[in-house]
Amino acid sequence: MMSTFFAILFYFASLVLVVGTLYRISVYTRTPAPLKIPTTPAPTTGGGVVLRMMREVFLFESLFKANLWTWGLGWLFHVSLLLVLLRHLRYFTEPVWSWVAMIQPFGMYAGITMVLGVAGLWARRLFVERIRYISTPSDHLMLALFLAIGLSGLTMRFVVHGDVIAVKGFMLGLMHFDLQTLPSNILLYLHLSLVALLMMIFPISKLLHAPGLFFSPSRNQVDNPREKRHIAAWAKRMESEN
Amino acid sequence: MADITAPAYRVIPIIPALKPGAMEGKGPYVSGEKMNEDLGFPGKLVDDWHDKAIAKMGDLLGKYRSLKVYMDACVHCGACSDKCHYFIGTQDPKNMPVARQDLMRSVYRRYFTLPGKLFPKLVGARDLTREVLDEWHNYYHQCSECRRCSVFCPYGIDTAEVTMAARDILDSVGYGQKYDIEIIGKVHKIGNNLGLPAPALIDTMEGLEEDVKEATGIDVRFPVDVKGAEVLLITPSADFFAEPHIDSLIGYAKVFHATGTSWTLSSMSSEAANFGMFIGNYEQLRKVALRIRQAALDLGVKRIVVGECGHAWRVAYSFWNTLSGVGEGADPDDKFAQMLQKQLDHRYRQPTHICEFTWDMIGQGALSFDKEANDKHIITFHDSCNVARGSSMGGYPGGQFDIPRNIIKSVANHFYEMDPSTTHEKTFCCGGGGGLLTDDLMDLRVKGALPRMEVLKQVSDEHGVNFMAVICAICKTQFSKVMPIYGFDRRMVGGVHQLVSNAIKLGEK
Repeated sequence: MMSTFFAILFYFASLVLVVGTLYRISVYTRTPAPLKIPTTPAPTTGGGVVLRMMREVFLFESLFKANLWTWGLGWLFHVSLLLVLLRHLRYFTEPVWSWVAMIQPFGMYAGITMVLGVAGLWARRLFVERIRYISTPSDHLMLALFLAIGLSGLTMRFVVHGDVIAVKGFMLGLMHFDLQTLPSNILLYLHLSLVALLMMIFPISKLLHAPGLFFSPSRNQVDNPREKRHIAAWAKRMESEN
Repeated sequence: MADITAPAYRVIPIIPALKPGAMEGKGPYVSGEKMNEDLGFPGKLVDDWHDKAIAKMGDLLGKYRSLKVYMDACVHCGACSDKCHYFIGTQDPKNMPVARQDLMRSVYRRYFTLPGKLFPKLVGARDLTREVLDEWHNYYHQCSECRRCSVFCPYGIDTAEVTMAARDILDSVGYGQKYDIEIIGKVHKIGNNLGLPAPALIDTMEGLEEDVKEATGIDVRFPVDVKGAEVLLITPSADFFAEPHIDSLIGYAKVFHATGTSWTLSSMSSEAANFGMFIGNYEQLRKVALRIRQAALDLGVKRIVVGECGHAWRVAYSFWNTLSGVGEGADPDDKFAQMLQKQLDHRYRQPTHICEFTWDMIGQGALSFDKEANDKHIITFHDSCNVARGSSMGGYPGGQFDIPRNIIKSVANHFYEMDPSTTHEKTFCCGGGGGLLTDDLMDLRVKGALPRMEVLKQVSDEHGVNFMAVICAICKTQFSKVMPIYGFDRRMVGGVHQLVSNAIKLGEK
């Protein structure tokens, strides 16, 4: 019964995540950027823009300039989350890819640093007056969601161990459309439900900052407006009207 | 004016406290019926403003990727929250860049996103009510579109783009700002922001020739409407008569004279400023820019050089090629742009900033200076926001910082930098940019100048700095107005080419 429920939930959540995010990306791709607006000083070549974007994506360069606390906590959270996600690949691969096995120990501790990062970011949101002012209920709930996912996962890893072999069987089964039994474990149910929720709200929430960054004209444009004419189709049409 | 006082300098560094509602109010004067209609906007607030505004917002979301992405991507991390000079000066939380964006983002979420339609309270979404519209008019005219927040945002969200969109929406329902709209009307009608007609311009330039002759004994020309000149100078019209702007205009003329460059102004297109950018309206932005294209075609010039003006240089450098074809690299079948680009001399960058021009000439050894002539000035340089973060010079990233400084160091002996957290791309707006240089916003302008005044005070105390060089007409006007309120002499601010003018040797090499 629960196995079927979670199977449907994960198929649905995956569908929402993939279709929703692709739809958003297609909207961003289709929407023109009529003017050259890179925040300067900006790279004058495409290669330079790739480097600038990589510094933003991997190092959070702009945030580093802005506020060291937010940068430190935010970077810790994101890197930890990445490691945790990669570690979880072991539930979806058989045999487990060797590099996934290699990061396994780091991934476990990343779960802890991820929770610490979230807690720090939440503390900032609660105790810094400016940040509290700009926070909406959804901002708090988003952090609560990550915290709950992290804590439920850590509890299963370090306190009350679940039957990970059976969980893996269930996940592999999902991937091959062959329904297996999910172990009956309230913490596991909670963990998986929250992850599915996260997947479903991704394309309709501020989590869109992830794809959004790649489409931000102030960051992804080459600073060459004098050398190359840049014009949007809707703006070009004005020229034929005269 | 009399009751406006400067806020106290802060102890640096400090975490700014919030004063909710500190800048609540009606905002700047609303534009009148006639001026609105001249620009094709409804004369006054239309009855169905709600539906029109939402429709306009949808239209802009489809036309500007920046707006669409910026509405979605913000995570409320607060990186920008203490970066705006108006927030620092007023402490009104709605002047935090993220909060300013949220004035629109909340409406975006309500009408254009699923969670906002279903659970408005949860995601901070709200209906577009009359109160919200009034709030837009007030707080979107407390942003000078200086882009400082965009430097620090991890996604590059630029509040200027949001402010521009908000103003475009307000204009489209007949609720625009008097100052900007009146000025754009003058450009369309007469050719410059001041409404200075051709005969007056020619007269003023003749007067300048006499003044310079008297001061130097040399016949420096200020030509107007000369067909076949090599250079068309497009400069902010404040340069024609305002202090200290005019001293920079004299500087440009002396540089052209000393380098034997034939140049001209255009009486039809005697304005570098383009307030179309301030109101975020592409049609207006384009229409103002097209006058310059027309002047270049009519006069048959080979080069277009732009005088000291911050947002004008952003428009010229970043947008002219798009708007009017002033630049290079148009497709061969792009007739509109090719028509002009074939005429221009592409050995030079088109358009060229006057600082690029002067610095090139210094590099070629075409100019010589008596640096001692500037010895009474102990100089610092204020990076103008639109030059620093919306443009470049010299063809490499950061040239916009180096070139003006290089010029200053070539023409003067005493130069000191201000606090590095307030220069280069981290520079603060003067407090009067983005279409806010109007007396009805004087309180805001004084408060917005606070962060710049603080660090100017530092270098003035430490190094005896008594001259702040700038390359922006708005900075010049704004600073000469607000500096006395902070206890500085209004003549402390001046152009880079004012310093060039002081030191340049004419009639000899």
